[in-house]
Amino acid sequence: MDLYLPIAEMSVNAIVIILLGGGVGFLSGMFGVGGGFLTTPLLIFYGIPPAIAVASSATQITGSSVSGALAYWRRGQVDVKMGMVLVAGGIIGAGLGQIVFRKLQKIGQIDISINIIYVLFLGIIGTLMLREAITALQAERRIAAGDARPPARLRRHLPWIAALPGKTRFYKSGLYISPLAPLLLGGIVGILTVIMGIGGGFIMVPAMLYLLGMSASAVVGTSLFQIIFVTAATTLLHATSSKSVDIVLAMLLLVGGVAGAQLGVRAAQRLKPEKLRLALALIVLAVAAGLLFGLTLPPESRYTLYSLQ
Amino acid sequence: MRALFALLLWPLLVAAAPTSLITALSQSRIDINTTFKGADLLVFGAIQYPAGAVPDAPPDIAIVVRGPAEPVTVRRKARVAGIWLNTDRIRFESVPGFYAVATTRPIADLADDRTTAIYEIGISNLQLSPASGASEGETRAFEAGLIAAKRKARLFVEDTRAVTVTGGVLYRARIAIPAIVPVGDYTAEIHLIRKGRVIASSSVPISIGKSGFERWIYVMAQQHGLVYGIAAVVAALLAGLAASLIMRNR
Repeated sequence: MDLYLPIAEMSVNAIVIILLGGGVGFLSGMFGVGGGFLTTPLLIFYGIPPAIAVASSATQITGSSVSGALAYWRRGQVDVKMGMVLVAGGIIGAGLGQIVFRKLQKIGQIDISINIIYVLFLGIIGTLMLREAITALQAERRIAAGDARPPARLRRHLPWIAALPGKTRFYKSGLYISPLAPLLLGGIVGILTVIMGIGGGFIMVPAMLYLLGMSASAVVGTSLFQIIFVTAATTLLHATSSKSVDIVLAMLLLVGGVAGAQLGVRAAQRLKPEKLRLALALIVLAVAAGLLFGLTLPPESRYTLYSLQ
Repeated sequence: MRALFALLLWPLLVAAAPTSLITALSQSRIDINTTFKGADLLVFGAIQYPAGAVPDAPPDIAIVVRGPAEPVTVRRKARVAGIWLNTDRIRFESVPGFYAVATTRPIADLADDRTTAIYEIGISNLQLSPASGASEGETRAFEAGLIAAKRKARLFVEDTRAVTVTGGVLYRARIAIPAIVPVGDYTAEIHLIRKGRVIASSSVPISIGKSGFERWIYVMAQQHGLVYGIAAVVAALLAGLAASLIMRNR
């Protein structure tokens, strides 16, 4: 079924886009990640202009994060105060990111920049996850062989974060730290949201756990809370300045994504979490490798047209 | 009385009139809607000879359909540290968003270069107005790159067999409009060529525009970015909420 996208100005196969959203939704339900880091590159592989892929993916994430965020909210696992600080940082970051995005768009380097940033980020995160998953699997095996379970590492936030001024209490996170640290974290993720079209959960969650030292019960809910607001702000920024939000594309992705996520959650319950993380790490690395390969491949034509409107 | 007068004068008038072209289109407006996959535009019509005297030699027809011109920057990639980056660029001031030429014979056989250049018949005869600055060789390379990209997208089309002429009088050609065609005011120009000279021309406007939902979305996004953005966020939130409700009830 062919459908004409009004902003991307191209005809796409609606079924393919819905399946793409569904596949990513399945993975995100399975691994508990937003999946924006897969949606954007897959849309680019399909032929959607990167700028439109990024902006529309951010819109889709807003919608796909709602149900999760509500579920955590009902269970009281959202630290609103922490979330607000992260959102404030995120919106500042999104604004900065938007300035960079427009600059890159003007000089004709946005597409390549999105690709390079993706390769770097997915490469680093994938490698880290792979290492972590392999270590965990090996530890499991040793425990199964009769070794004693190693003591859980006590999580403490980093010394320089503890030293920041203006400490305040975040009850649900179990923290007494300066709001500057989460503000900075939110800002960095906000920049990435604008440029990469990701929610940033897969950066935010480990950072909250290991850098800020938040209590694990509030981490995912608060991350989802911040993702909704920052991706919504990102949609507004893209809509007003680069005009690259394709609402039809976002809705197609959303339809597939929501259905896929439910299936993913069910599938995940039958698998070991360590193996899931290993699989996710491999997928992330495969996408990074695919993008990198695409960058080194001689282009079909060296000439690209940019209309100036 | 006046009718009789006209009737008496008719042969004289016809004899004095030069050869002219009558043109019609299968559609004067092409709507881009949700299911738009491209369109086939049929350009057809008749050649009106003085006194209806059809010459023995078959006539040559060139049909040019073109879209609104706009400035385009062409960027060239070069290998930098192993990856391909945009490095050089040249700006072209007037590049038609769509340009299709259909003829009865290869363009070189229709008329001399000067004539085809004046009427911009043929892709190589387009005046793309490159910004000065680069060397001529560079400009030509970029121009070739631009044309190749447009041809690949089927936005520049040249078909030297597309026009069929029946009985020396009726002509028609089918022009394929691809799905990625830019919107705007188009024209179809039809030239009748005899012995290397253009002896009659006609021009018909075509408008290509988004219609219905597509148009509404596009206009909103372009002119009311903030409202569009808010609508997109609200739509995404509602869709997410609806999905979560449906799933919870299961």
